[in-house]
Amino acid sequence: MIISIASGKGGTGKTTVATNLAVSVGSNVQILDCDVEEPNAHLFLDPVISETERITTPVPEVDEKKCTLCGKCAEICQFKAIIVIAETILTFPEMCHSCGGCLEVCPVNAISEKGRELGVIERGNRNGLEFIHGRLRVGEAMSPPLIRKVRSFTNPEMLTIIDAPPGTSCPVITSMKGSDFVLLVTEPTPFGLHDLMLAVEAVKVLGIAHGLVINRSDIGDRQVYDYAQKEAIPVLMEIPFSRNIAEAYSRGELIVDAMPVWREMFLKLYTRINQIVARG
Amino acid sequence: MKELVIISGKGGTGKTSLVAAFASLAEKKVLCDADVDAADLHLIMNPDLKHRNDFQGGSKAIINKQLCTACGLCRDLCKWNAISHDFSVNSLDCEGCGVCVYFCPEKAIDFPVQICGQWFISNTRFGPMVHARLGIAEENSGRLVTLVRQQAKGLAEKNGAELIITDGPPGVGCPVIASIGGASAVLIVTEPTVSGDHDMERVAQLAGHFKVPAMVCINKFDLNPEQGIKIEQFSRDMGLTVLGRIPFDPVVTKAMVQGLTIFEYDKKSQSAQAIENIWGQVVAGI
Repeated sequence: MIISIASGKGGTGKTTVATNLAVSVGSNVQILDCDVEEPNAHLFLDPVISETERITTPVPEVDEKKCTLCGKCAEICQFKAIIVIAETILTFPEMCHSCGGCLEVCPVNAISEKGRELGVIERGNRNGLEFIHGRLRVGEAMSPPLIRKVRSFTNPEMLTIIDAPPGTSCPVITSMKGSDFVLLVTEPTPFGLHDLMLAVEAVKVLGIAHGLVINRSDIGDRQVYDYAQKEAIPVLMEIPFSRNIAEAYSRGELIVDAMPVWREMFLKLYTRINQIVARG
Repeated sequence: MKELVIISGKGGTGKTSLVAAFASLAEKKVLCDADVDAADLHLIMNPDLKHRNDFQGGSKAIINKQLCTACGLCRDLCKWNAISHDFSVNSLDCEGCGVCVYFCPEKAIDFPVQICGQWFISNTRFGPMVHARLGIAEENSGRLVTLVRQQAKGLAEKNGAELIITDGPPGVGCPVIASIGGASAVLIVTEPTVSGDHDMERVAQLAGHFKVPAMVCINKFDLNPEQGIKIEQFSRDMGLTVLGRIPFDPVVTKAMVQGLTIFEYDKKSQSAQAIENIWGQVVAGI
């Protein structure tokens, strides 16, 4: 089973829920941190990293001796990553989406591929919990190809917990596509509600069963609860604001380690997700 | 004219609340919400929409079944596995590269431009604001960010405004890169947590990479002063300007619930005083 943890708004507690849930379930679990722009799960899990892999994406390299400046490559490229100006052909590797169109269209085979570094994938382990995350190279704009690479380590024999990035656009969709369940983490504030509504729309586009975790459940107002009720989205867990939890978080500690009573709450959350997924 | 962009790396550190607070303090400015993926500034600004415009993103492939001979060439060429066995395109997977359109021997694939969102020019009680809404599950957020920033700049020039205050997105990827390029300065608002530390370091590197001067302030400082001091030290070592500390203060959330800036809600609060001090330094620094 694949459970994605998403939110719309940033800083609502996705990583807190993902890491504590993974550790509470304990055996036969993997966590995939797909927030490759700002991966944080490792800060709380402190995994032993056993493998690091540099990930690249193919971009064009032009052999100027062969190139006839016919301009077909510039014509097919939708991303302005290859252009012909006067007697020169220029490539902009950072704009390239790696579609391979220029290679395919070149009549004289003047274009070959080289790699643009997207970032790294690190894999490791924490007390039997399998850990995988991607780390986007600072300066690299495109996160979805690296997210797809992280997702490729999904093991269908295990419970997969995906820590998704914030927002509702392509990186989030790439992260949570194909999940069996999306757990949306929000807070009961106007910003939390607004972004939750967008996130719910995104989950509906993908047609995935979903439920809510309301973090800092006693701050703000009741509008998130009213919305959940109206939309019939189950509230599966509430985490009240606690200075202890906030301080433990600030030090990189798991809630279930700082306050062991929470382990049972996260296991209960897992049971409820299982029940919903089993109902289909 | 100057542009200040508020970014954070980590989400939820208080970017939008800080931008709203600055809106209360700044004179002759234009507000710009560049977090097009999950825009929230309008919830405080309560904008009166003056212009509403469609945002044209990229194109997407659509196979005309009448013309398709099921030769399979498009499926072979598509790097995103976006074309199904019965030759329909999954628009969520289509990257809009147009390779299938170009090579289809029957010219059976259309490639219409997509409306990927909307952008707006509004009036608010703090002056004009440019903002946008990227469609759900859409791409091209960077292009929409670039568009709203250009519009904000045009509006500022027209109005003789001296400053654009831009609310940036979280992360370090495409929309953030589009938000900070060419800005006068960025203000990184972070929090004294291991995540806040980790994420601000990456976004500070990004600002360095694009040669945009960066300032730093730490929100909810008293949650973990030790961690906060560590971030301040790191920032100074990297040559960033450290502007100050905002205390952890429930008043910030209370103001948000009322749809008010912190200065409208309680200008005597500790956090308001701290932000006023930070603003003074921003104005001097920029």
